[in-house]
Amino acid sequence: MNDRLRELEQKALSAVEKRAAYGPDIDLNRYRNVGEHEKIEALESLSRQAREAAYMAGIEQNLERTAGTYMQLDSSVVFEQVQRAYGGQLELLSTDEALAKYDGLPEYWWQAVPVDQDKYTARVALNQTHGYFIRVLPGQKVERPVQACLLVAENFISQNVHNVIVVEEGAEVQVITGCTSITGVKEGLHIGVSEFYVKRGARLTFHMIHNWAENFHVRPRTGVIVEEGGVFVNNYVLVKPVGSLQTSPSVYLRGKASRAEINTIAYGMKRSVIDIGSRIVLEAQDTAGESISRAVADDGSILYLRGMLVGKTDKRAKAHLDCRGILKSPLARIVAIPELDADSSPECDLAHEAAVGPIDQEAILYLMARGLTEDEAVATITRGFMNIELPGLPEALRRQIDQVMEATLHRGL
Amino acid sequence: MKDLVVEVNGNTVLKGVNLKIGQGETHVLFGPNGSGKTTLIMSALGFPKYRVVSGQILFKGKDISGMSLDQRIRLGMGIAFQRPPVVPGVKLRQLAEMIARTDGAKLQRVAEDLNALHLLDRDLNDGFSGGEAKRSELLQLQMASPDLAFIDEPESGVDLESIAIVGRAINAILGKTRVKAGRTASALIVTHTAHILDYVNAELGHVLVDGRIVCSGNPRDILREVREHGFKHCEVCTNE
Repeated sequence: MNDRLRELEQKALSAVEKRAAYGPDIDLNRYRNVGEHEKIEALESLSRQAREAAYMAGIEQNLERTAGTYMQLDSSVVFEQVQRAYGGQLELLSTDEALAKYDGLPEYWWQAVPVDQDKYTARVALNQTHGYFIRVLPGQKVERPVQACLLVAENFISQNVHNVIVVEEGAEVQVITGCTSITGVKEGLHIGVSEFYVKRGARLTFHMIHNWAENFHVRPRTGVIVEEGGVFVNNYVLVKPVGSLQTSPSVYLRGKASRAEINTIAYGMKRSVIDIGSRIVLEAQDTAGESISRAVADDGSILYLRGMLVGKTDKRAKAHLDCRGILKSPLARIVAIPELDADSSPECDLAHEAAVGPIDQEAILYLMARGLTEDEAVATITRGFMNIELPGLPEALRRQIDQVMEATLHRGL
Repeated sequence: MKDLVVEVNGNTVLKGVNLKIGQGETHVLFGPNGSGKTTLIMSALGFPKYRVVSGQILFKGKDISGMSLDQRIRLGMGIAFQRPPVVPGVKLRQLAEMIARTDGAKLQRVAEDLNALHLLDRDLNDGFSGGEAKRSELLQLQMASPDLAFIDEPESGVDLESIAIVGRAINAILGKTRVKAGRTASALIVTHTAHILDYVNAELGHVLVDGRIVCSGNPRDILREVREHGFKHCEVCTNE
């Protein structure tokens, strides 16, 4: 182990008891790693339940429609494949393989997420169970999406993945990550550290679909560094129950005229505790950030909707936060917390709008006056409310999300 | 409607309305602001804010007073609102397809006739001009093909050119292009200005003043009287 890795380990050890700033505290001792599953030659070799779960998390099973696929089952990498046509455009490895190949990834390993951020990052650093490494070669525009599926198939698993995406200069790629547990899994933990590096003039469109179980706890930790002229688009969708989820990706717009767009759709159900946000840091001239979230709190769910825009440049830059929530149940709760931090940045224009309320009764009656029942009207309005534009969303993924959302909205009908 | 008394937020707005619209007939309802015209429509459709205190609402021979709004719509009623609300994220096309539950061919044709193709993929009523809102309402009504249509102020906020389109659409909804014997759809059109009567023929007009129908007759005669003497005269006329 080299000095840098030793130092990271020390830092991680210092944070093993460090509670996260937000979200319910999880007793990590309840969850364990499991032994390795064997590699598979084709997705068809997975169990039916595993394939269904992957589908519900947006994973395309016809690999011809993708540029590459990475699949992890519990603690094991079971499948990784770049489609032949894309072999010269991108690399897709497990992060362990990438660490070995690139001498510990010194430019990228724990550079966008602090290893000692909290006990969850420490857990990943000290007890990592793989994760994916995607690198798009300079100037390559990868037309089809690369997909990664992080699947949990056993109870009380702690899946501690560390992912890295590097989009080299002038390259473009879409990555779909479907994180999901299969039917029958009731409780578990997923910690995903993700570090994305969008180089000069590059573009990364990242779609994340979560599909967990009612007692599953999820702690993604994401950091993104965007260089000059780079674009990062993040679309996050959660429309199934979860035990607790806390995430707040940090995007550092480090290069001139770099941009970030973060879109979040969250539907709180049952007793889900969802603490979800984003932080966009404007560090250079003409950087621009936009964060849009739409959340619905149903049943006894609690949603914290955070959003932070930080100006950290004395040059002109701007960012906007738009956060709206619907409270669908008298037992649910939404707390919207937009924050603007203009830190020695007199030229930065930061703005937010937040609104939380019930479904507009007049709109319900309007749809009922077209013959929809009250439940159909509520479902249609809720669907419309959550129907924000998710840029770059592949059509097949859109259909899958629609299907899951329809099932969620019509569960009581 | 038989002796219909309706309260809104504890205030009695309709004070014993009697109104019968036969199959295939188009009636027009006149009345000053606040006379209860919109309340009459909303009560007929069963909007929850409008509480029937006494009297009956019969449709197709059934007392529908206990039915919900959507049940009445499914029984064959329909409405074009005067000021429809914005429904964010729900496209006109989506709702029109839900209403008609048919393929898109009819929708395409109706939207073309109404010069409303550009509205189909917009959020419902979001940023619609007065004329666009009316065309959207009539498009939805036409897709529903109701047996009894309530059309609230079809000409309000609409320029003259659009009134002609609105008039054609109402005639299409009501089957006015057919001879009277073949028509089955009925309508009650609420109007302030009566411009719509230049395009749509109506059999009977009524004047509603202070929650009561005070006069019924040829709509053009009523209109002439109202234009000359105002609504006050209608009460006098009835009392005489």
